[in-house]
Amino acid sequence: MVFQLIDGECERSSPEPELFPLKKEEIKKMRTTKKLLAAFCGAALMLVSLNAGAAPKTLVFCSEASPEGFNPTFYTAGTTFDAAHPVYNRLVEFKRGTTEVEPALAEKWDISADGKEYTFHLRKGVKFHSSAKFTPTRDFNADDVVFSFKRQLDKDHPFHKVGNASYEYFNSMSMPELLKDIVKVDDYTVKFILNRPEAPMIADLAMDFATIFSAEYADKMMEAGTPDVIDFEPIGTGPFTFVAYQKDAVIRYKVNPEYWGAKAPIDNLVFAITPDASVRYEKLKAGECHVMVNPNPADLEAMGKDPSINLLQKEGLNVGYMAYNTQMKPFDNPKVRKALNMAINKKAIIDAVFQGAGKVAKNPIPPTIWSYNDAVVDDPYDPAAAKKVLAAEGVTNLKMKIWAMPVQRPYNPNARRMAELIQSDFSKIGVEAEIVSYEWGEYLKRSKDVKRDGAVLLGWTGDNGDPDNFLAVLLGCDGVGGANRSQWCYQPFEELIQKAKIVSDPAERTRLYKKAQIIFKEQAPWATIAHSVVFQPVRKDVVDFRIDPFGLNLFYGVDLK
Amino acid sequence: MLIYCLKKLGVVLPTFFGVTLVAFVFIRMLPGDPVLLMAGERGMSEERHAALMAEFGFDKPIIVQYGYYLIQLAHGDLGKSIITRKPVLTEFMTLFPATVELSLCAMFLAVLFGLPAGMIAATRRGSAFDHTVMTGALTGYSMPIFWWGLLLIIFFSGILHWTPVSGRISLLYYFEPVTGFMLIDSLLSGQEGAFSSAVSHLILPAIVLGTIPLAVIARQTRSAMLEVLSEDYVRTAKAKGLGPQRVIGLHALRNAMIPVITVIGLQVGVLFAGAILTETIFSWPGIGKWMVDSISRRDYSAVQGGLLLIAAVVMLVNLSVDLLYGLINPQIRHTD
Repeated sequence: MVFQLIDGECERSSPEPELFPLKKEEIKKMRTTKKLLAAFCGAALMLVSLNAGAAPKTLVFCSEASPEGFNPTFYTAGTTFDAAHPVYNRLVEFKRGTTEVEPALAEKWDISADGKEYTFHLRKGVKFHSSAKFTPTRDFNADDVVFSFKRQLDKDHPFHKVGNASYEYFNSMSMPELLKDIVKVDDYTVKFILNRPEAPMIADLAMDFATIFSAEYADKMMEAGTPDVIDFEPIGTGPFTFVAYQKDAVIRYKVNPEYWGAKAPIDNLVFAITPDASVRYEKLKAGECHVMVNPNPADLEAMGKDPSINLLQKEGLNVGYMAYNTQMKPFDNPKVRKALNMAINKKAIIDAVFQGAGKVAKNPIPPTIWSYNDAVVDDPYDPAAAKKVLAAEGVTNLKMKIWAMPVQRPYNPNARRMAELIQSDFSKIGVEAEIVSYEWGEYLKRSKDVKRDGAVLLGWTGDNGDPDNFLAVLLGCDGVGGANRSQWCYQPFEELIQKAKIVSDPAERTRLYKKAQIIFKEQAPWATIAHSVVFQPVRKDVVDFRIDPFGLNLFYGVDLK
Repeated sequence: MLIYCLKKLGVVLPTFFGVTLVAFVFIRMLPGDPVLLMAGERGMSEERHAALMAEFGFDKPIIVQYGYYLIQLAHGDLGKSIITRKPVLTEFMTLFPATVELSLCAMFLAVLFGLPAGMIAATRRGSAFDHTVMTGALTGYSMPIFWWGLLLIIFFSGILHWTPVSGRISLLYYFEPVTGFMLIDSLLSGQEGAFSSAVSHLILPAIVLGTIPLAVIARQTRSAMLEVLSEDYVRTAKAKGLGPQRVIGLHALRNAMIPVITVIGLQVGVLFAGAILTETIFSWPGIGKWMVDSISRRDYSAVQGGLLLIAAVVMLVNLSVDLLYGLINPQIRHTD
């Protein structure tokens, strides 16, 4: 029996306890707390310090919401990916804190000369986790890879419909059109056959929809008549095993001692689901969690001064923009669009809307992505020049709409405020802007309309760190009437991004994307506004936590002092 | 008594049916749909959207959907959540004990302090105590829950370190829920310190959630007592030489309790409404937050099922209150 003091409470744990190390300030807190809890804790306190030294390391993460589930192929929310990540692996993965891809369950791969066949050589000796319902009888092999992808791809697969799954990410990354087949060559070799060459394919496979599940577990659960259990009680090959989940309260994991990579330095990982940002901060200060997500911008200054907290920051892999409808007059004229861009005081927006937690954007991709063209010069803030250009183009008494998103996003924390600032900027050049907003689902739907009136505030967070994920998705001709909110289909730009999609040489792709960014700036289908800066407060005893560029919260490799 | 109960049930059933209709129609009247919200900025093609809507059955006329829903209900099936793919009833039953536990404790605090405060204020009308109680009640009633909750957290958890910040129990305790009520489960677990941890986590949220009912009960008790104290029979009782404790405790309080019990019954609905904010602030895994999340994601099945179950509970409580009148004043049974 082990007793310890945690955050002013008297606690007991089993001989394998999940405990924070004993701290002097906590003993101090406890003296006060005893007034409330003395009847239950008093005697036990005496035993505490005797056993404190052997305490395993438990890292508590104050997350903001419950995961939608534990099968990341079903969902698109970051909170769900955060919850699934400790348990699973993919064939390839993003190196911690970067957008660089490294081998994971696949040790290496070959790409055919025509770029249509990817052959993956799988890692041997990788063990799946065990649970009360399942004990694996074999190691990870090609069957698991085929199962994980065929479930999403093949509509007749016995698991395709289990859980009413819709595989939204798999579909939105165009995998059904791209993947012709996935073939098991032998137990440790799998071949992906594509319908067309796709340069970002390897980066795509590092995404969460490409998670590898146990085919054996699926078969066992199907035999037991409970196939959907595999989606709620996750079994993977990851650095942590799933222990328990209580909705809206807590998720528990413990270290996987048989992990194929280096064993995680912490013994237990706990997600304390805490929806309110102010409360998360209080918990962090009180030592009830080690890492918190999404701090209030207003709290950042205090966090920076707190001696017990490290305030980490990193530029987000995102862009916030205002998309003109380039198919409607007068926005079909690039000179008009550029003039409007020159009227926007982006610095003021960064100060007022992002409260400093942002950076002015000049390109449609963030600076953290390879091929970012830093040589591009942004449109200067020059209302007088903007007014002159509009007059020269015969645009007078222009009235337009600015669409303000009804939700907060890292790339736009307050769209209404941003719209008001742009409205004010436009009024200085004689443009009368009306701000409109709709419910989020409606906003997304209506803003796709090719005949839409006005300029739309929106943004994008990268999925795989590939420029194609921004440029082709948001500005390609295929996206007109869809994710391409500027309804912009410009052949010189399109040719570049289509070519970059099929070229495998990174240097050549970089050259093509840099050129595409120059054309983008000349044509100005958007006003590029900001890239957010992500802040993540962690307690000082947390070692080597790295902010993930994709906005996830990942704990493999993180340690506690 | 049986006829009285049947009459009350006769009122409850149409109300229950009305709730199913309102819940079903209102959630669909909100702009946006769950499929669009699921896709987010990424979006999806018109064809895929239509296919998914058809898969969930949302493409059919609303009256047909409602018909299917009623048939489903008749079989005791509330459907599956569109987001989590779990049965709505399972999700509700997982979270509901947390809300009940919190609400009961909040109501216990509200009655424990509200009732005597109102009684004493009434018997000492115009005194400093009366003014203090009434000012406190008005302040409590007007206090925004979110602000009040954060204030208590900052003071008691952040500065004094007397209570934990949020949650139902320290994360270091882990046991499988048996009843879903943390106070009971922590005792059943046999783990030392678990119960005290659960109690310490309950204190602040119960105070926050109980503040408004406490204010309402104190005010209602005071006004009901004042009215009763001016009745002839009270004057007669005093004239007969009965002591103030017997006059107030036996004669006045019994009659003053009728409107107070009504208010307490109605406060159950208020508690559920207040639970939404309280649960969010204190990371309390109850149905309030679940309902809000479900509405914002347009999780039709969860909203419909959740509203129906909450309405059933509120109706059940009010039915019990109606029946309680009969126990307090048998005349009510006869006149109804």
